[in-house]
Amino acid sequence: MNTLPHLPTGTVYGTLLNFRREHALWAPRMNEAPYKAPPQAPVLYIKTANTFTSSGHGIALPRGVAEVDVSASLGLVAGEGGAIFGAVLFNDVAIPHESYYRPPVKFRCVDGFLGVGREVVSLDAIGGLAGLGALSLELRVHGVLKQTVSLADLVRDAATLWNDVNAFQSLRPGDVLMLGTDCLEDGTRPRAKAGDAVEVSATGFKPLVNVFVGEQP
Amino acid sequence: MKRARIAWAGAVHEAIEADGQLELLTPAFKGRRVTFDEVVWLPPLAPVDRARTVLALGLNYADHAKELDFKAPEEPLAFVKGESSLIGHRAFTVRPDGVMFMHYECELAVVIGKPAKRVKKADALNYVAGYTVANDYAIRDYLENWYRPNLKVKNRDTCTPIGPWLVDAADVADPMNLALKTTVNGQLTQQGSTKDMIFDVPTLIEYFSSFMTLMPGDLILTGTPDGVVDCQPGDVIVTSIEHIGELTNTITAAPKAA
Repeated sequence: MNTLPHLPTGTVYGTLLNFRREHALWAPRMNEAPYKAPPQAPVLYIKTANTFTSSGHGIALPRGVAEVDVSASLGLVAGEGGAIFGAVLFNDVAIPHESYYRPPVKFRCVDGFLGVGREVVSLDAIGGLAGLGALSLELRVHGVLKQTVSLADLVRDAATLWNDVNAFQSLRPGDVLMLGTDCLEDGTRPRAKAGDAVEVSATGFKPLVNVFVGEQP
Repeated sequence: MKRARIAWAGAVHEAIEADGQLELLTPAFKGRRVTFDEVVWLPPLAPVDRARTVLALGLNYADHAKELDFKAPEEPLAFVKGESSLIGHRAFTVRPDGVMFMHYECELAVVIGKPAKRVKKADALNYVAGYTVANDYAIRDYLENWYRPNLKVKNRDTCTPIGPWLVDAADVADPMNLALKTTVNGQLTQQGSTKDMIFDVPTLIEYFSSFMTLMPGDLILTGTPDGVVDCQPGDVIVTSIEHIGELTNTITAAPKAA
């Protein structure tokens, strides 16, 4: 399956706090208000279809927003019968937000806020789940490496996350489950402003590039 | 016009309500009438060519916010659901084993009719194709304070019955003055009016379309009033909204693990 350009046909789910570094940074606060306890189930959000932006297309910053978080992520694409068919690169964009208490619709579901890789790469082509777990994602702004994300550092690995999510909501063919996004050492994420070209890449995948632009008045 | 989407005679059909029956629009059977009992009712939504956006509101009626011990929000408390949780009229919703509190939520559902971006409140109802009834079940045992209400509570398979009809917007004189009620096994448990929404339909369309483009077929479930109670397997839940429809759903137990 090598559709060009690829856009998801199903619902795209994102996963929060699924990298060990960010989970550890948050751990001291997890028992405080308003959270009161560490998360038990996977913490999910939905990237609505208005966010999908093909590689090579621009992503507009909303009015009054100078910078956004940009994040390299890998999404698992559901095939028939509840199986994982393959994987796609994503640039998961968000307006920075401090609180994880309320659903992040206005921060994450802004028009254009999901860069989508050029192809679905089959699980076989990347060496199955073992190969997937050994992948590193790289994020560059204007060619300068800003972040390397190792999929060995997940709280729930791909198979565990897939099973835990499918236990209450069945992923249908074409639905996508992103494995999460990692933070930098200080807990922030790489940022992009108008004019920045952001590239997400991984071995075996065509690079995903989106240029950020100021929104039309 | 009240529109339905049904499965009958081995295929899916569009139909309209006519004299207490369903009149098929499918060319091969155009004009043929079938009874409500002959069909399987699907969500009354035409397929869309991209993932359907399903927005939902929490705490959008002052009395329900109070019931749940929250002060009314200053901006809409919105969350997103996947289309896969939707099921039709007269269907079954699964109650997991061992949970203590699973409740219905009777909600006016807005179906968007044309692309909506930065729509002003005064113009917002022109972007509505029609209205239907949704029952946005919640299982409170699974509530966690991370992106709350979290998807394990709100995005479960079978947990969003919707229908039976999509009622054309032109046939709904004032969507902000409709009586809502829910019965459990025939007993009245929930009553309210859409006039008591904190953020009314035009305000919600203005809010969402300020940052996201809504497309035809996208949904906004507008929240529920006071009066939610626990539902057990076998309970028949009817969520109804004046002029829009009566949506019937039956709770069933989870299958035993093999």
